[in-house]
Amino acid sequence: MGLLSDPNRRKALTGLLTRLNTPICIVCYLAGIVWFMGLAFEPFTLRTYMSENAMGSTMVEERFSSGERALSLAKEFDAHKRKAGGMPVEWLVKAMQSRGLEVFTQSFSRKLPFPDENKERYMVRGTNVYGILRAPRAPRTEALVITAPCSPGNTNNQAVALLLALAQYFRNQIYWAKDIIFLVNEHDLIGTQAWLEGYHHTNITGMEYSPLQGRAGSIQAALSLELSSDVITSLDLVLEGLNGQLPNLDLANLFYAFCQKLGVLCTIQGKLQRNDWDTAEGYTHAAQTMMLMVLKQACGRSWGDHGLFLRYHIEAASVRGINSFRHYKTDATTIGRLLEGMVRKLNNLLERLHQSYFFYLLPSLSRFVSIGYYMPAFGLLAVILLLRVSFPGLCHCFSVSLQPSSPGVLTVLTPVVISHLTGVALYLLPVHLQEMAVEHFPVSETEAVVLTAIAIYTAGLALPHNTQRLLSGEGTEQGWKVLKLTALLYLAVLLGCTALINFSLGFILAVTLVPITASITPHMPKALYAVVMVLLSPAFTILYCVFIYQELIEAPVSVSEGWMLFLSVISQGILDHALYGSLVYPLLALFIYPCWLMFWNILFWN
Amino acid sequence: MAAPLTLLLIVAVTIRAVLFRSSWAELISERVEVVSPLNAWKRVVEGLALLDLGVSPYSGDVFHETPFMIYLFHFVVDYAEIVFMIADGITAVALYLSIQTYNKNVFRKQKYALESDRYPADCLELLRSPKEMFYIPLKVAMFYLLNPFTILSCVAKSTCGLNNAIIALFILCTLKGSALLSGILLALATYQSIYPLTLFAPALLFFLQRLYIPVNLRRSSFWFFTLQYAFIYVGSLVVITGLSFFLLGSWDFIPSVYGFIFSVPDLTPNIGLFWYFFAEMFEHFRLFFICVFQINVFFYTIPLSIKLKEHPVFLIFMQIAIISIFKSYPTVGDVALYMAFLPAWSHLYRFLRNIFLVSCVLLACSALFPVLWHLWIYAGSANSNFYYAITLLFNFGQILLVSDYFYAYLRREHHLTHGLYLKKKDGTEATLVLK
Repeated sequence: MGLLSDPNRRKALTGLLTRLNTPICIVCYLAGIVWFMGLAFEPFTLRTYMSENAMGSTMVEERFSSGERALSLAKEFDAHKRKAGGMPVEWLVKAMQSRGLEVFTQSFSRKLPFPDENKERYMVRGTNVYGILRAPRAPRTEALVITAPCSPGNTNNQAVALLLALAQYFRNQIYWAKDIIFLVNEHDLIGTQAWLEGYHHTNITGMEYSPLQGRAGSIQAALSLELSSDVITSLDLVLEGLNGQLPNLDLANLFYAFCQKLGVLCTIQGKLQRNDWDTAEGYTHAAQTMMLMVLKQACGRSWGDHGLFLRYHIEAASVRGINSFRHYKTDATTIGRLLEGMVRKLNNLLERLHQSYFFYLLPSLSRFVSIGYYMPAFGLLAVILLLRVSFPGLCHCFSVSLQPSSPGVLTVLTPVVISHLTGVALYLLPVHLQEMAVEHFPVSETEAVVLTAIAIYTAGLALPHNTQRLLSGEGTEQGWKVLKLTALLYLAVLLGCTALINFSLGFILAVTLVPITASITPHMPKALYAVVMVLLSPAFTILYCVFIYQELIEAPVSVSEGWMLFLSVISQGILDHALYGSLVYPLLALFIYPCWLMFWNILFWN
Repeated sequence: MAAPLTLLLIVAVTIRAVLFRSSWAELISERVEVVSPLNAWKRVVEGLALLDLGVSPYSGDVFHETPFMIYLFHFVVDYAEIVFMIADGITAVALYLSIQTYNKNVFRKQKYALESDRYPADCLELLRSPKEMFYIPLKVAMFYLLNPFTILSCVAKSTCGLNNAIIALFILCTLKGSALLSGILLALATYQSIYPLTLFAPALLFFLQRLYIPVNLRRSSFWFFTLQYAFIYVGSLVVITGLSFFLLGSWDFIPSVYGFIFSVPDLTPNIGLFWYFFAEMFEHFRLFFICVFQINVFFYTIPLSIKLKEHPVFLIFMQIAIISIFKSYPTVGDVALYMAFLPAWSHLYRFLRNIFLVSCVLLACSALFPVLWHLWIYAGSANSNFYYAITLLFNFGQILLVSDYFYAYLRREHHLTHGLYLKKKDGTEATLVLK
């Protein structure tokens, strides 16, 4: 407390901070970026280990052997799917019933706010089929879920077939202590959403669905299976869920442990692990893997069917089979054994997975970075905002703004309110105005929504600073300082909260927003800084992320393709918000964008 | 000044009425920061239902309001929203009137001191002008009514608002000089939540000062008045408790209300310091630490009363703040009450050192409470440590705020007697350090 109460030491400290403010800020920014990039360097990461006792020491022996039968089932399923022109509900019900499961169906329908052009759907109507294998050895208060989406075309047939084969095999075993639910859902995430809402008696997204007829206990864990070929070269684990939520790290450990045991190649973000961490290529590889995870997490959408389970406190992951041109092949029996092993270990759980980490980044499957290691990277960026706030000129403004009858508070209120109203318009108008836009312009509904959003975004740049000048005449020196103080504090709190919920999103926003917001004043060359500010605005951040993502998955795109992808990302973001309650779009529209507009206002203060 | 106050009341009531009608009300009334087991509206409704069924409301472990409260709501349960809005209005008006009275006193005293030339020549700039003091009562009312904490508390129908109204009325009666009413209201406030007991000391000091009785243990006049005030206080406390007994016909409420406050059996997270500590603690240390934690609230009364015996109103502020920080089930409504006093000390601004830091901390914490709650309870990815960390930070901010005001107040007083520009013995400029 000496530092806070002794005036001399305080003076020394504030003197130091004032004199070295800009250098400290620059050092902090660079240190933050370097720290973040250093996270992928293997000596700085921790080796993953199984924390959960119930899954660690108990060895299980996998005996599943009907891989071939699964493949023939897949052909049968494919034929019935073609005949039915969608999900062969009756066939599935019969197939599950003949394997001794309690089978139920759930129908659902959902009208999208506007057509989804990526998946070509608007009015969605479908059926989920699920069968429950009742546990013979326990009071049926807990359950596990294995789900396989029934996708259009001839993808994912093997996953459904393997699910059925596993059900048949599991039915004959006596050691189950948890009910096992085998779920085949139609229309991927929408089906999962309907089923989960039905299971938990909630309705948060306005979906119409029939109530579930059969239920098991509280779901402890879920695995989603995606498999489109008879043999695979590697299995990919997908963890990123809705709003950047991740399942407990033990689930990834479990998957990794079984891949090791059965000799299956396993990847994360589609990247194999490399052992040469001390070479430049090895580091780059790890950094790319981690960057991919950060980008996927930041966009806040569910990257597989598992993502929606996380919201209900259910640890879930997707396992995706990849077939590439490698020689090394794994057959369906081995994949079945892998799933059997994982489910059996999950069956041994005595309580929910909670021992291991929930906040982590994975530079490879066997290495992880925990929250304690990655938060400083964000902290170093956030501290810049606080340093700029404590900049004495601004501090003085704070004292002035507390004084009675200062003009500061009211002049600041106008831009703040106007910025937020623009944000509200950006949030509400695109979806509500689509019909009008379609009437007057030659565009489709989806294009109308995306283009309206972009138009409002651009219009926001022109609007607030002009009205501000009209309302209060010349902006005063005091005025912009108070506004900057408010905006900096606001941004710091906003980014801090975002980073806690979704670190990647918070970090990416901090990287682009912090430098410009920390340095902005009205006395800078307007045109130059306006361009820089626009280039570092939230929308451009999304654009850069699209390009970086494409670069990282080794599918580089040209500028025009990138632009089209950018448009589809925006429409997907809005759809994700409407369909599953993803929070990224409202966060950007209602908070980050208005906050950025406040800084825009400062640039054009005079 | 009545017109702006009326306007303020209308605005405040409108905001509350709108929020009551919105879908937010239900959400807010579930927040642990806003309602505690002591004052949750849900529990009042439960108690009322039990009462209507002819069962003692204290059977079961849900209801912890005092009997007066349940009988009040027995009659006005259909108008609960209006009652809570009126309570907030009463608090604001009472605070308005008390600060107005207080400012008049302060100004009169300052005038006398000035006429008798008691201030050093260089601290004239520290003196307060009527112009700057004119809007302070209005600001106090505004700080209370438009404080988001108060609004949340009112919309959640937390009975904390009613307790605040009683304390505000007590302050008003004290400052107006009515020992009888002050004693009765203090007894009522104590009866509601025990902790206002510590306000006895500042109230007594105020009356002694007002009647020009020196605080001297050998003077009979001092003892006479102290006993008189204590008698009013204890007498009304006994009467109120007795009345409660006759209302309910049993002493059930004593363990259920006061035992509940003291022994802290409900460890639902809140913005206070108790829950985490006692959730983690081994059972056999519990009694010892409960004593330590509870004594913490009451203990500061003695040193503060000695230090601030000339400034009872500031002492009231300090006591309310300490209660709201260290009490066993604090809510944001309690915080709002002492924050309303901050404009009254706006003249201390030049001596405050950490106000900027503290406001940032309190602001950030208010935003982080719901975020970490979400991560802990809904996402399941964080745990109680995250939430408690923010609780600690929030309380650290509050303590820093209160001690900063305390220091600033003492420093101003010091300057008023020793001159503004202090010199060390060797002639260099001196600085004051609180140690």
